Amino acid sequence: MEFKFFYHFGNFLLMLKGMFSRPENMKMYWKQFMQQCVDIGVGSFGIVFIISLFMGGVTTLQTAYQLVSPIIPKSTIAQVVRDTIILEFAPTLTCIVLAGVIGSKIASELGNMRISEQIDALEIMGINTKGYLIAPKIMGAVLMIPVLVAIAGFLGIWGGKEAGVLSGIISEEQFMQGLRQEFKAYNVFFAMAKSYTFGFIIASVSAYYGYNVTGGALEIGKASTTAVVVSCVLILFMDYALTAILL
Amino acid sequence: MIELQDIKKGFADKEILKGVSAVMESGKVNLIIGASGSGKTVMMKCIVGLMGVGSGKILYDNQDFTAMDDKEKKVVRQEIGMLFQGSALFDSMTVEQNVMFPLDMFGKGTLRDKKKRVAECLERVQLMEAAKKFPAEISGGMKKRVGIARAIVLNPKYLFCDEPNSGLDPQTSLLIDKLITELTKEYNITTVINTHDMNTVMESGDHIVYMYQGQKQWEGSNKDIIFSKDQKLNDFIFASEFLREAKEMRQLDIFKDNKWRDQLKNKEGNASGK
Repeated sequence: MEFKFFYHFGNFLLMLKGMFSRPENMKMYWKQFMQQCVDIGVGSFGIVFIISLFMGGVTTLQTAYQLVSPIIPKSTIAQVVRDTIILEFAPTLTCIVLAGVIGSKIASELGNMRISEQIDALEIMGINTKGYLIAPKIMGAVLMIPVLVAIAGFLGIWGGKEAGVLSGIISEEQFMQGLRQEFKAYNVFFAMAKSYTFGFIIASVSAYYGYNVTGGALEIGKASTTAVVVSCVLILFMDYALTAILL
Repeated sequence: MIELQDIKKGFADKEILKGVSAVMESGKVNLIIGASGSGKTVMMKCIVGLMGVGSGKILYDNQDFTAMDDKEKKVVRQEIGMLFQGSALFDSMTVEQNVMFPLDMFGKGTLRDKKKRVAECLERVQLMEAAKKFPAEISGGMKKRVGIARAIVLNPKYLFCDEPNSGLDPQTSLLIDKLITELTKEYNITTVINTHDMNTVMESGDHIVYMYQGQKQWEGSNKDIIFSKDQKLNDFIFASEFLREAKEMRQLDIFKDNKWRDQLKNKEGNASGK
């Protein structure tokens, strides 16, 4: 087990090192990077929209359910919703879902390219496949996942407000007042730091498992599952580590 | 010209290539043949640099490919075209975009020049009508032809084909063989084909290397095969009763022709020496 960990970790670092070389054609690399930004950003927006709205709504309802004391003002609900979403739900929950959506796509795409010899074809042409295929994916994820997390934060809070107002738990004024109470900009920085880290984990780990597939169609599926599982575990681990370090 | 000097390659404790030496000449169709597990695929992967060699040298026009660093290898690789067994076309691109890809990556010139070159290559493989189609929408034979067009678009000095006829019907196979042979002669390319197909061996094999258990067992041309007395080669090439009879008839045909009598004597002498 230990041996396998070090084997994979060493290979992972070598893969990252292999990405850094002078691009054969900057225009083609840029095109590939933009394509990845569209795939990751626009392609995942739908699921982020849905989970954020419900995540915010449920957080409002559950917070209201627990805050039964009459001496606690209603605006506290909004405060709790805001901080829960910014600190934890928007970066972590969204990235766990994105690990499934983006991670499996990256792993299966690269795995399929490996099995069908498309990566070999690129190598034969004299193209650095790690630089051309993996680096744009990682850069695209590191750029777009924080954007998705920011959108998830806004949508989550908005969903929380709508759920609270529609169910009569809290008025719009009370909610807006709560949102402004004791707001710490550092929390947003913390959420962004987490989303950059998670974005890197999702793209690089999935690319590693996809790029190194050997065998056939069954192995592509296995690599895809392993990529998602390892990404999720690493996200949770780094979530704890960053919280312990930064808060 | 590609020269292999005592190539050895192994995995863990198993030796796959046991010191293979051969010369692949330019302007000729060089075939690597052999049964499954004989080491021909490993040998081709070593030649193109997809695998490193254990020991030995691979010389591309007298330049030692095995001693080159990654930058130098990149330069050589830009002179290599390769047709893969499964064609290895990029699924998300159309036929035209697949052929255009090496030009976009390495080619100089305007978009018009590039499009013109793509059109020439597609014309050469008779696939202009499929230019806007995706790989999933075309047949296996067409995919191979697109693979050939992509391989030749940068005017390579070396063309490698890994089992170009696998999964194709005999007529399409002959078409692909004819195309590769014509391109080899036309552009004076050093073509190396890894094949199981006996039609290819008999029709296109200017120079044949027969691999047996990781070693070069026999070397010669398609004409030499008819007179070869190498039992292992004969068992491999003329595996069925039908093919053995065909071989004997071919020998008789040649024998009847007085022009060939002297040549036959020479061939027999050479073949027994190999």
